[in-house]
Amino acid sequence: MLRIVRSPRKSEVYSINLRRASDEELKQIAKQLGLGLSLEEVRAIRDHYDSINRDATDVELQTYDQTWSEHCFHKTFKGLIETPEGVIDGLLKTYIKRVADEMKPGWCFSIFEDNAGIVDLDDEYAVAIKVETHNHPSAIEPFGGAATGIGGVIRDILGVWAEPIACTDVLCFGPLDVDYISLPEGIKHPSYLFSGVVEGIGSYGNSVGIPTVNGAVYFDEDYTGNIVVYAGCIGILKKSQYIKKVELGDCIILAGGRTGLDGIHGVTFASTELTEKSEMISRPAVQIGNPIEEEKLKRAIKQISDEHLGSAITDLGGGGISCAVCETADKFMLGAEVQIDKVPLKYPRMRPWEIWISESQERMLLSVPAENVERVLQIFEDEQVEATVIGKYLENRLVKVYYEDELVAELDLEDLFNPPRSRRKTFWKPQKIDEPNFSQPDDLSAILNRLLSAPNIASKETVVRRYDHEVKGCTVIKPLQGWRAGPNDAAVLKPLDDSWRGISISSGMNPRFGKIDPYWMAASVIDEAVRNNIAVGGRRISLLDNFTWGNPEREDRLGGLVLACRACYYVAKAYEMPFISGKDSLYNESPLGPVAPTLLITALGILPDVRKAITMDLKSIGDSIYLIGITRKELGGSEYYHLFNLLGGSVPKLDAASVPESYRKLSAAIDEGLVKACHDLSEGGLAVAAAEMAFTGDLGLEISVDSVIAEEKLRDDFILFSESNGRLLVEVPKRYKEKFEELMKGSHVSEIGWVTKGKSLVVRNRSRILIDSALEELYTSWKTPLGGSR
Amino acid sequence: MRRHEIKILIMRAPGTNCDTETYRSFKNLGVQVSVIHTQKIFKEKNLLDYDIIIFPGGFSYGDYVRSGAIWAKECEYKIGTELSKFVESGRPVIGICNGFQMLVEMGFLPGFQGKSKYPEAALGNNSYGYQCRWVRIRNVNKGMCPLLKGVPRNMILRIPVAHGEGRFLFPKDKQDAYLEKLYENDQLAFRYVKADGSFPEGEPWDNPNGSFHDIAGICNREGNVLGLMPHPERAYFKWLMPDWTREEGGPEFGDGRYILESIVKYVEKKN
Repeated sequence: MLRIVRSPRKSEVYSINLRRASDEELKQIAKQLGLGLSLEEVRAIRDHYDSINRDATDVELQTYDQTWSEHCFHKTFKGLIETPEGVIDGLLKTYIKRVADEMKPGWCFSIFEDNAGIVDLDDEYAVAIKVETHNHPSAIEPFGGAATGIGGVIRDILGVWAEPIACTDVLCFGPLDVDYISLPEGIKHPSYLFSGVVEGIGSYGNSVGIPTVNGAVYFDEDYTGNIVVYAGCIGILKKSQYIKKVELGDCIILAGGRTGLDGIHGVTFASTELTEKSEMISRPAVQIGNPIEEEKLKRAIKQISDEHLGSAITDLGGGGISCAVCETADKFMLGAEVQIDKVPLKYPRMRPWEIWISESQERMLLSVPAENVERVLQIFEDEQVEATVIGKYLENRLVKVYYEDELVAELDLEDLFNPPRSRRKTFWKPQKIDEPNFSQPDDLSAILNRLLSAPNIASKETVVRRYDHEVKGCTVIKPLQGWRAGPNDAAVLKPLDDSWRGISISSGMNPRFGKIDPYWMAASVIDEAVRNNIAVGGRRISLLDNFTWGNPEREDRLGGLVLACRACYYVAKAYEMPFISGKDSLYNESPLGPVAPTLLITALGILPDVRKAITMDLKSIGDSIYLIGITRKELGGSEYYHLFNLLGGSVPKLDAASVPESYRKLSAAIDEGLVKACHDLSEGGLAVAAAEMAFTGDLGLEISVDSVIAEEKLRDDFILFSESNGRLLVEVPKRYKEKFEELMKGSHVSEIGWVTKGKSLVVRNRSRILIDSALEELYTSWKTPLGGSR
Repeated sequence: MRRHEIKILIMRAPGTNCDTETYRSFKNLGVQVSVIHTQKIFKEKNLLDYDIIIFPGGFSYGDYVRSGAIWAKECEYKIGTELSKFVESGRPVIGICNGFQMLVEMGFLPGFQGKSKYPEAALGNNSYGYQCRWVRIRNVNKGMCPLLKGVPRNMILRIPVAHGEGRFLFPKDKQDAYLEKLYENDQLAFRYVKADGSFPEGEPWDNPNGSFHDIAGICNREGNVLGLMPHPERAYFKWLMPDWTREEGGPEFGDGRYILESIVKYVEKKN
């Protein structure tokens, strides 16, 4: 029987008879309409249409497809997961949100509710932050994929009425020197993807006038098939500007760019694995960005926000108008009526369902009380932005979609927002990775120089300088420190003209720890993000999680994900730092296998006074250098092992009970003005951090490994290159030594060296000199490998 | 004229993005500042209500043709006469980054003999792509440009650049003659220098874009139209400087303030 027929209406709408359809027929229908729904989900939709006893329209089924996608509904994070230790009732609720639920911090203004997490800056102002992934589109079309990733996350910030003030981006690629021949069909070369993504982010972020202030670039074999593109945005708003209260009869205004065929089925694409056919099938899912459109939109929305004219706002992201309208109506227990023929199009003759779900860029959806509509449209016109009233919110929790007066969809929100809950199983077997056995190399100076040149450590200057990090004139601590452009740990912004209060933004990620143990990977990257933030003077830190994982329908991938989420809860809870927002990207699988299990943690801190912010460059000859934290034989996944193509099993662990205490004391020492420089120890460990501080400040440094607090007697190379968590190097002037030691009492801190006149880094043990390397040599090793110039 | 009476107009077009920091800096100097959309100015044509006009940095209309070209043509068409009158009245017009590109496109700079019909210079593609970095520039004006009177002669200023098209060029066959004219008329304002004060002769990165004769900024013959690629407004406060955490105490302001304050002082003294 023919189940899909053209409806006898003027508009190009198809009727689909789902009633009593067999599984085979349902599969067929889903395939013909290009739906990404599972059989179980299509069955649930069939049952719904059985119960209301009518045909569905293609507009309706496409709406279900969008709304129930992993991308929009986060089935995995909300679903049930069976583990050997029992059933988890939603990862998000059980592990991520739970920290805030238990802490109940008064300074969290709105978290996990809206497009972005919002926390207090002071009594009057709040900071909004969101980090997104744009992996799949960037793998297909790096320039457009990355550019629209930035565009999308900026609109998330506009979507909470905030003014975007900074962007972040963290990128992961395969090794740039990978052999072309080794790449399977459909996988693009890392160097092509790298240059396209960097160009795309620069082109969009620079043009829209928002500084890109923080980020990182990682290279690993397990990103060759699945690149990772994280884009984040931070905004500022007065708390009184945060208006989300849609009333019956409020008008729906669509503003910004026109709607086209770019970005059809983007969410479906994002929720499937990449194959060699992805380029053919999914190219239309990648949108085309126009940053100037977004720049205008940003100005208009700021004005509307300042004048308190709207009753709600949301961005048009995954699912386009369909998701924006239905979610808004659902949130306020309302229904809506939309005339989609009023939507301005890039070209004529788009089908109703295409208009309804297109993810074309630079569009926002506003809800505006009737009496303010004229003023709002005027503001858009003044900024040369197209804006159209396309419908209004009504009662009944029904969304009715019209095309030229014909009803083309009638959606019951009660049913639409009750997808069948996914129930998945996990299986996790800890890996047994042998610890490598090799003797200590003779020439540790050479090893240090090689480490500084390793792609994950070497200067990313050629990337950072492609992005404007100064626009808006608020960047107090920049991504590159000083004239020598050393690697600062976090960015500090001064967002308000008449206040010294600042915000610090940092990130933590590791491409290798996750291959050994997802739990300790998650714990490590949380600590890394936090200690980066602490290093510049940040405190009252809130966290964002962004998972990039393989297919959650495979039990081992999901098993690892559960472990990582569990670590998120236990560490964040011990640190008393709540998660305030997050986003997951699953299904990162390619013919080369799954992506390396990757968790990006973004930390947002507050500085009471930006004038007390700390940079990582050594400041004065004679100052003492202290090492905070314990060094352990934890080299699994380290850059040191990687030099020898080893992974190892001894992944860094975390003493979540004692580490935060030492951070609190360090913050107090920074407040007292005792700290001149501070730098976190991460990839490459103590030796790399010490070298970076020395060559950035252009001052010599002498340290002794014997003074390092280690858990056991360790080999010199392990002390120098271990990546144990919880460690920072601190420069303290002689006159403050006593005070500093007094403040730090009870934590593991030891003086390991001092700033010297000589222009070299000298490392000794009791009996001999281990490293003696000229600063210029170290600096060149670090600065030039990725194209940076001396 | 008293400082608080001075009125500054910062024009913006779609894609302009440095108006915030430009506004903040001038505001700090105690003058009246308005940031107004170019469309509104086209309607009201009230340029002469202001004492200084600033064309700030950004990517006007996406810079999709040549940087500044679209906005320049639009302004030429809509308020060309008014702008010329403003310039002829001797009031300062400043172009920073995209604004500099725009003033060159409009023909106000170099302006050897008033406004030229076609651009006489170009701020073309720089060979290294977009660059955001701090550079050093030297005030090389010998005293003809009244707007720079407040910047000590030969002073080296630390200021950031952020552009993909900022390489100042003259037509190859005319470049020597034009350069001579710049010297003759004392129209050179700023040149990129190395840390030791010498000129990099086009070499990166002290010259961030390979510009001819290390030119970072020029003024017109009369000295009241000034254009420069670096962003003084992003070096206005001390805490914006790249090495501020190395300096204890010291001034509250950065090097960019010298330029902006000098412009304001000129108007203050003139009237």
